[in-house]
Amino acid sequence: MTGDTTAGGATVGGASGALVELDNVSKYYGNIRALEGVSLEVHAGGISCVLGDNGAGKSTLIKIIAGLHRHDAGDFLIEGEKTTLASPREALDRGIATVYQDLAVVPLMPVWRNFFLGSEPRKGSGPFKRLDVALMRETTRAELLRMGIDLRDVDQPIGTLSGGERQCVAIARAVYFGAKVLVLDEPTAALGVKQSGVVLKYVAAARDAGLGVVLITHNPHHAYLVGDRFVLLKRGVMSGSHTKDSITLDELTRQMAGGSELEELSHELERAPVPSHLGGHPGGGPAGTN
Amino acid sequence: MTATAPPVKDRPGRPAGGDERLLHDSPLRKLLGRPELGSVVGALAVFLFFAFVADSFLQLSSFGTVLYAASTIGIMAVPVALLMIGGEFDLSAGVMVTSSALVSSMFSFQMTANVWVGVLVSLLVTLAFGVFNGVMLTRTKLPSFIITLGTFLMLTGLNLGLTKLISDTVSTKSIGDMEGFPSARKLFASQLTVGGVELKVTILWWAGLVAVATWILLRTRFGNWIFAVGGNVDAARAVGVPVLKTKIALYMGVAFCAWIAGQHLLFSFDVVQSGEGVGNELIYIIAAVIGGCLITGGYGSAIGSAVGAFIFGMTSKGIVYAEWNPDWFKFFLGAMLLLATLLNAWVRKRAEATR
Repeated sequence: MTGDTTAGGATVGGASGALVELDNVSKYYGNIRALEGVSLEVHAGGISCVLGDNGAGKSTLIKIIAGLHRHDAGDFLIEGEKTTLASPREALDRGIATVYQDLAVVPLMPVWRNFFLGSEPRKGSGPFKRLDVALMRETTRAELLRMGIDLRDVDQPIGTLSGGERQCVAIARAVYFGAKVLVLDEPTAALGVKQSGVVLKYVAAARDAGLGVVLITHNPHHAYLVGDRFVLLKRGVMSGSHTKDSITLDELTRQMAGGSELEELSHELERAPVPSHLGGHPGGGPAGTN
Repeated sequence: MTATAPPVKDRPGRPAGGDERLLHDSPLRKLLGRPELGSVVGALAVFLFFAFVADSFLQLSSFGTVLYAASTIGIMAVPVALLMIGGEFDLSAGVMVTSSALVSSMFSFQMTANVWVGVLVSLLVTLAFGVFNGVMLTRTKLPSFIITLGTFLMLTGLNLGLTKLISDTVSTKSIGDMEGFPSARKLFASQLTVGGVELKVTILWWAGLVAVATWILLRTRFGNWIFAVGGNVDAARAVGVPVLKTKIALYMGVAFCAWIAGQHLLFSFDVVQSGEGVGNELIYIIAAVIGGCLITGGYGSAIGSAVGAFIFGMTSKGIVYAEWNPDWFKFFLGAMLLLATLLNAWVRKRAEATR
């Protein structure tokens, strides 16, 4: 089942040194197989990419790592210890921060309130215990500057930032709060080329800061730019698992697109040459049940 | 954590893309961004209007009367505004005030206890109503409109039914001669004279509540959570905000203020009419909306709700001073609501577009 990477025996007592490791993990919703036999390793300072089309099981995988769902079979190890997460809060406490594509922020709230939401620093005591607003503002500005975002006004509603900047705020936030593992759900999906590049830079910055990153995407080009390991999902099962040196971008793109499906698509579209950026979106009908 | 973030100058797209957003914010712009701005403009307009058409409106004594009318609404508009910022409604807020007064009065009378005992029992019972609303909402995940509409109808029925059952009439028996009544009246319904103007103590309660609510909203962790659960509940949950607790606490806040308003209702007289309060819930909501609260949650202020209540007070009394038929009041209130909401929407759009 597992692909052609990660020399065996890695699961024993975290000998692999992986921050997070999934070993043959499965998840069923009633009689629907959402995910079956998926294995994944996330190392400190490494980026593990999960690639798959819509309905391939990417979001189920995220939800298991983020603590929203529990896996039904297989092992979920955090720093070598078998775990079943009960809640997103527990995942956060264990150092796993998830940045969702659409629900990363509260649009009408100022940037600095969003940055500290859920973990607000306070000063004073008793009934006068209050938010340390000066610290919150300053930290937000400094942390964002470190990620390369120069905000004049951290009081502006975060909804007025661009999509890429919002992703970056969410990433900067996870880094600041000491996440060891960063799970990014399609961070570049809704973004233009330039914005995607900016976000990928921050992903790389987080990696260089020593975090383990799980990058979920359906864009093999983005994945190959920053990733060290690639896990391909198709209809809930793992269709491939590679390290960067064992696969080329073309091969990754071909596998991602599903080889024959892509050929079929190219046949369907033969009157026009296939633009390369469509590689990730085989038009061969919906992916069916998860 | 410290390592290699991309330096700023690596990003050539920045100046062109960011400039318009980074223009200097003038103080005027900042002011335009305040949630209560629309309501302040509206309040000024209403004030000038009645100052022009009603001669006695500008007298100091009228000012006390207007403030009193505003405070009875304002005390409830504060928690209703907080709840609305948190993304929910409470349609039971109006009759809950009456329920609170009835519980207090009937418990003291039936048990022939010190009225303070009734006041405390009423506090517990009213808070229980709030908990009921909050828990029902968070457990069933039904819209708060339905849940609190149910509570509203049930409380309306209970108020009338139980009062008739116990007192045989639609009003409670007088507790004016009972022990503790004078001190309770002092706290909830006394009158102070400041500089020749007679001010009811409810004005102090109101001011205090606005101050506390503003503090909570802007300077506490709980306030941050209120904005978050109203603005984007999924994001709030994902970063670990206790959504259920926040919502239940907001409903308890409404209940607590209903208790204050209810005790005022009881101790300004010494009997309570069991049918009162119906319809007031909408006036509280109107005050909050006029004050700039976004009806979908996530935006608003406690001060805005106070301005909304003040507009209400000026309109209801201004019509009297202008010697018009008070039937016109509802028309004015409705027109005010529409105008204020339009103005708020327009101001917010401008403020956000020009940032």
